[in-house]
Amino acid sequence: MNEQKRSTFAPPSGDGGLVIINYGAGNIQSIMFAIERLGFKAVLSDNPDEIKAADKVIFPGVGEASSAMKMLVESGLDTLLPELKQPVLGICLGMQLMCKSSEEGNTKGLGIFDVDVVKFSNKVKVPQMGWNQIYNLKSELFSGIPENEYMYLVHSFYAPLCNEAIATTNYELEYASALQKDNFYGTQFHPEKSGDIGEKVLGNFLKL
Amino acid sequence: MLTKRIIPCLDIKNGRTVKGVNFVDLRDAGDPVELAKIYSDAGADELVFLDISATEERRKTLVDLVRKVASTINIPFTVGGGISSVEDVEILLQNGADKVSINSSAVKNPQLINDLAQKFGSQCVVVAIDAKQIDGQWIVHLVGGKVPTDWNLFDWATEVEQRGAGEILFTSMDNDGTKNGFANEALAKLSKLVNIPIIASGGAGNIQHFVDAFNDGKADAALAASVFHFKEIEIKTLKEELKNNNIEVRI
Repeated sequence: MNEQKRSTFAPPSGDGGLVIINYGAGNIQSIMFAIERLGFKAVLSDNPDEIKAADKVIFPGVGEASSAMKMLVESGLDTLLPELKQPVLGICLGMQLMCKSSEEGNTKGLGIFDVDVVKFSNKVKVPQMGWNQIYNLKSELFSGIPENEYMYLVHSFYAPLCNEAIATTNYELEYASALQKDNFYGTQFHPEKSGDIGEKVLGNFLKL
Repeated sequence: MLTKRIIPCLDIKNGRTVKGVNFVDLRDAGDPVELAKIYSDAGADELVFLDISATEERRKTLVDLVRKVASTINIPFTVGGGISSVEDVEILLQNGADKVSINSSAVKNPQLINDLAQKFGSQCVVVAIDAKQIDGQWIVHLVGGKVPTDWNLFDWATEVEQRGAGEILFTSMDNDGTKNGFANEALAKLSKLVNIPIIASGGAGNIQHFVDAFNDGKADAALAASVFHFKEIEIKTLKEELKNNNIEVRI
């Protein structure tokens, strides 16, 4: 991890550049590679000053909610994140942790999105694993993205439809596969693993 | 709707693909990265890399490969072969692999499944199960089907699900290499028994076999090697035919 952490690239534009929050949870390398393919550079950091100074922040996450939240709290990032003013993109578990709570491990979330994350029932296979469509797209994050494109998702818990939903997906029921509130964005799908169309979503965020 | 997945499998030895491939447009038929890119562009939903090398250098070579693949393609991929510890998995995931597949090491040490699921999440733990029928019973085998275990396929599948596996890759040794179709009856039984996705493997020979694996075998994904490598089936054509059969696919 140290090697990764210190492979500090030059910031893309502006002073603070793009920062990927490195708190020990996530498929960070895949996101780094996707950003490089888009011609941008990113810095991995858990340093509050570096995160605050960034132009944009990506908040990744894979794994279990309560242990990921614990790592956030230990690093003090749980109070910093909701106060950020620049565009922030939470991916997968990152998005879920930005919600009010998660049923997974009865976890209190960051409360940025006003929605509680719950588990799929046993009527469907859990986790949902694979490619599913996103529709009812409502944000500049999806600028140039047609309705019903396929994105790659792996998750057992979901955010129900709510006012902050900017994309919908159907698995057992219709749920929010992306959320936005002000400068905060979240995608349940993995844009970095969703082919060229996913990279376009990531590119849209980087160009916000 | 969630789509059914088509997954080409690449056998890797010392960083090179080993099963012969028949791509005239490949500059280097043995380069797994170039092949991965071709499959990704052709519409493969995921890729599996199965490392069969046995040298001291294997780990380093595999990590180099994982980095190259992850930097080149933008679809998920799984790495399997000789993975036996949390440390093995950590280094592969850190370098860009999305999932790992464990087989013999899970049978020898089932706790490994729990440890991996707890540390990295179930979503990246694929348990590969090789089985063949002996006196009407599906028996789990190791070492490419050479060594029988005490496990019945269905008991073992239930066990790995309970221990936290996120997905099961079931290869029927009876069907593998025959090109006579997947083991649909066993697949359907598995799919009903556990509530995690099942990848069908072994027996793909034509497009109808894939249709049957999804319709009759209730598989969530289908994996194949030689029919793709030798261009007997084009992924694009396969997916169009699946769609014509009312099977949801990503096109």
